[in-house]
Amino acid sequence: MKPQPIFLKVLNVVSVLLFLATLSMVFLYAPLEATMNYVQKIFYLHIANAWVGMLGFIAAAAAGVIYLIKHDQKWDNIELAAVEISLVFFLIAIISGSIWARPSWGAYWTWEPRLTTAAILEMVYIAYLLLRQGIDDPDRRARFSAVYTIVGSISVPITFMSIRLFRTIHPVVIGTNSASSQGSFDMTSKMLATMFFALFTFSVIFVTLFWHRIRLGQLAQQVEQLKLEELQ
Amino acid sequence: MNNKQRTVEHKSASSFLGAVGAIIWKDLAAELRSRELLSAMLVFALLVILIFNFALELDPLTRRVATPGILWATFAFAGTLGLNRSMAVEKDRGCLDGLLLAPVDRSAIYFGKTISNLAFMLIVEAIVLPVYSVLYTTNLFNPGLIVVILLGSVGYVAVGTLLSSMAVQTRTRDVLLPILLFPVVIPILIAAVKASSGFLQGLALTEVMPYINLLIVYDVIFTSVAYMVFDFVVEE
Repeated sequence: MKPQPIFLKVLNVVSVLLFLATLSMVFLYAPLEATMNYVQKIFYLHIANAWVGMLGFIAAAAAGVIYLIKHDQKWDNIELAAVEISLVFFLIAIISGSIWARPSWGAYWTWEPRLTTAAILEMVYIAYLLLRQGIDDPDRRARFSAVYTIVGSISVPITFMSIRLFRTIHPVVIGTNSASSQGSFDMTSKMLATMFFALFTFSVIFVTLFWHRIRLGQLAQQVEQLKLEELQ
Repeated sequence: MNNKQRTVEHKSASSFLGAVGAIIWKDLAAELRSRELLSAMLVFALLVILIFNFALELDPLTRRVATPGILWATFAFAGTLGLNRSMAVEKDRGCLDGLLLAPVDRSAIYFGKTISNLAFMLIVEAIVLPVYSVLYTTNLFNPGLIVVILLGSVGYVAVGTLLSSMAVQTRTRDVLLPILLFPVVIPILIAAVKASSGFLQGLALTEVMPYINLLIVYDVIFTSVAYMVFDFVVEE
């Protein structure tokens, strides 16, 4: 494996430092929210992870399109890295959101548009990984994965809009009224600052992990190539 | 020069349609003789309806609310069966390779398979609707409902044919198609169920139109996308 470039080593350190800084901002700088107290603080983690998960999704779709145009295996590697780490980030977002939802909405889960779309997005990611698992030929695997990311990236926004349509035209009483609200609360400027800082931190962490995953993927590709050459 | 151009263009257009027609005819003729696909899909659909009878306590009130959902769940599962078998048959008998060797546009294969899959799905739906009506004493002969079923099936089959072409070339085959297909086809299920429910309950057309629009938009978008990427799925 190629040694880590200096910039990556710097990013490693910077990511850790930023994360510690975010934690201290969340617990020391941001004020306690009026009704929800400490529970509200998980919100910073939740938003940052959700945002970063979405970024990864878009990156995967873009990489897929570029692969189909250029047929360069490196884009397939980038696409897989984006999907894998977005899967984890988005899972953290869903779990942290559920933890927040229980005290503030009364339920761990509701079937409102964003949550349902998040669940569907995770299923698309998992289906993508299962698809890749079932194909041995690297070229075919890359082509099919690219096609699926394109199909998935078009259907998920449509799904979000259709669920919104579904919920607004026929207002369904799910349980508590607050389930249909976005659970928003007024944020002071300190909270906003913390939130944006957390967003920035997790974007940096995303880039760092993305880079590491791409390097891992390159190593995996080398191994696979060696295996294929051995068999011939 | 102009005449020659026109004849060449006319020939390629007619050969495209000719290819599509040939594939549809092949599938329908094969199905007419063996009837294995349709019988499997039909029996499965009826069994699913039977299971729903026990899964949900369908008193008349629940029935009215649950009918669109049950119908569409049935169509989705039976449709998966049909898509799987249709593509698997091509792969196993080497038909797919033969089709790919033919000097026609690859998308002709896509349209041919999609239309024949659509035909099978519509035949199954056409039989399930009266059977459901009789079993549950619900009148399902609603022109609006039929339009929704048509639009929904088109979208389902458009994406399904593309994804089943991929799934059939993997190791996991049949199992993979529902995993790939269902997350992507959810807008159709949402819109179709809501629109069906609207028509069955006799809601005003303006209330149902957004869902019909969604179905049409989905159908157009995904047929175009599938048409564009199909080449990448079948190339060797």
